[in-house]
Amino acid sequence: MSNLGNAPTRRTTSAHLIQSGYRRFLGDYGQEIFVLAAIVALFVCVTLVNPRFIAVNNLNTILSGNAYIAVAAIGMAMVIITGNIDVSVGALIGVLATVAGTLATSGYPVWVAWTVPILVGLSINTVIGLLVAYARIPSIVVTLGALSILRGGLISVTGGAWISNLPPSFLLAQQKLLGVPVPLVAMIILTLLAAFWMRNSAFGRSLYALGGNPEAAVASGIPAERRIVQVFAIHGMFAGLAAVLFATQLQVIQSTVPPNLELTIITAAVIGGVSILGGTGTVIGSTLATILFATIGSALIFVNVSAYWLRAVIGLLILITVLADMLRRRRRSV
Amino acid sequence: MIPKSLIRHETFLAVLLVVILAVLSFQSDKFLTVSNLLNQGRLMTEIGLVALAMTFVIATGGIDLSVGSILGLTAILLGVFWQKLGMPLPLAMTAAVAAGTFAGFVNGLIITRFNVPPLIATLGTLALYRGLAEGISQARSVRGYPEWFFILGQGAVLGIPTQLWLLLVAAVMAAVILAYTTWGRSTYAIGANETGARFSGLAVEKTKLAVYTASGLAAALAAVIFVSRVSTTRSDMGTGIELDAITAVVLGGTSIFGGRGTIVGTILGLCVIQALKNGLSLAGVTGDGTIMLIGVVLILAILASNLFEKSGSR
Repeated sequence: MSNLGNAPTRRTTSAHLIQSGYRRFLGDYGQEIFVLAAIVALFVCVTLVNPRFIAVNNLNTILSGNAYIAVAAIGMAMVIITGNIDVSVGALIGVLATVAGTLATSGYPVWVAWTVPILVGLSINTVIGLLVAYARIPSIVVTLGALSILRGGLISVTGGAWISNLPPSFLLAQQKLLGVPVPLVAMIILTLLAAFWMRNSAFGRSLYALGGNPEAAVASGIPAERRIVQVFAIHGMFAGLAAVLFATQLQVIQSTVPPNLELTIITAAVIGGVSILGGTGTVIGSTLATILFATIGSALIFVNVSAYWLRAVIGLLILITVLADMLRRRRRSV
Repeated sequence: MIPKSLIRHETFLAVLLVVILAVLSFQSDKFLTVSNLLNQGRLMTEIGLVALAMTFVIATGGIDLSVGSILGLTAILLGVFWQKLGMPLPLAMTAAVAAGTFAGFVNGLIITRFNVPPLIATLGTLALYRGLAEGISQARSVRGYPEWFFILGQGAVLGIPTQLWLLLVAAVMAAVILAYTTWGRSTYAIGANETGARFSGLAVEKTKLAVYTASGLAAALAAVIFVSRVSTTRSDMGTGIELDAITAVVLGGTSIFGGRGTIVGTILGLCVIQALKNGLSLAGVTGDGTIMLIGVVLILAILASNLFEKSGSR
């Protein structure tokens, strides 16, 4: 689905141009529009049932409480666009949150507690990237191993103990910037920056090229190995940012992250339009998909679905979204 | 035709296993005893059954992340069918296993009919099946099974744990099917080149559907053994078993991209993991330390096998 071939050649009437621009927009952002429509539909339906759904408090819970997932999904989307995968990111976020909390309670200044996890995430994922790119171990194998190492390491170091007595100034996610919660600001700014960078920089374009056709990308001079190490390093940085938002949400830091966090992050990236086969997708889509999941989770509570059935309904909705997406893609490719 | 590199990988793994056994037997004199090894075989069976089927799935170039959830769902259904619906236990066992197999069949349908990548499809059903298990169980466990039921998970036949016989039979069957039947060979063909396999007239969709159904069946059987071994059902049973099984399969030399792999390799991979788990816990290392080490072993084993295999097809 290349846009390069869309140059108007025959009838270049203005109406035609507008129509082709509109088509092109739909073609480029079809998945994002689809997810956005689902979010809006959900909001309208649930609000009709229970008007308290759109109370500022609840919107805040949905958006800023899940912003850390969206931030991590940005890095994940980049990794998947290059045709790789990372199943260890949930465990990594757990480790980095504990690093942040430990630094904060050991008397280091808060800016140290906020930046060190980002650097540690960058370093750990650089090692993963090196193993994938230069040792040529498939990313799913490396990150499966890293998942065990990080998860096992976290529990054996912390012994499962929670970190409490966090200094109030450390709690970044509870603070506000011009009246808007910090996680929300971070999510929006990071998404837009990453989207712009992926779309317009040579670096960003080379990631799509690598995922779309690695041989062709290498033949056209893209340093494949270096790009893969870099994309994993950037993904580690986003995981660090996500960990800081996660760690500063509550008064305590648990030594565990929500179960299947990595799966939530991968699914968000994929439903947002990133093809698991690499080469396509945008980070705007992954952020919208995170919001969709969060809205679904909250909506189920507002329409009084029993807590025991929550995961089943979420799983079913994920599947329906995936199936609808596949049908839509199939129709488009015909 | 088995590529030479594969034989090398399994030899390497067998040597690794012997070294691990030797080192661990020096660490603790309780390790290399018949009763301990048989007990380890008992603990290995559930992951083993799942890993055998997973070998087929990965050989086709796919993956099944939902096996742990299928295990949990089957366990819950077994308890509900027996206690809530009042079915006789053998019937409840059969019905639960049938339900687990059907869950695998649904995975296969989603993957073949809708062309959803296996990773995504089973990621979705992982959430769905675990959610169903939680919803049906309402966080209650079922206990009080009759005495004969525990033979499966706690008893022994001819001095060897009952489930180890099952694993043995399953392993031999899987090895023969994968290496010598048309169906087994087509899984390799699909994994190596799906389009090529389709043009060669192989029933690609049917084979894949059968592979995912078999994966569901294996997880369901593992569930019954699990319940019999621990005498209770809980909805969180089998959480994370997919990662253990995939680790064993990949450690055993099956390419994650599909097209190659053997049952012997998977069994060796299983033994290495179980020996490490047990030996280290006897040596006083915590369970979490062991999990870390398994991660390191997984990465190092693939790294070493890549280095030995100088041709580097991937």
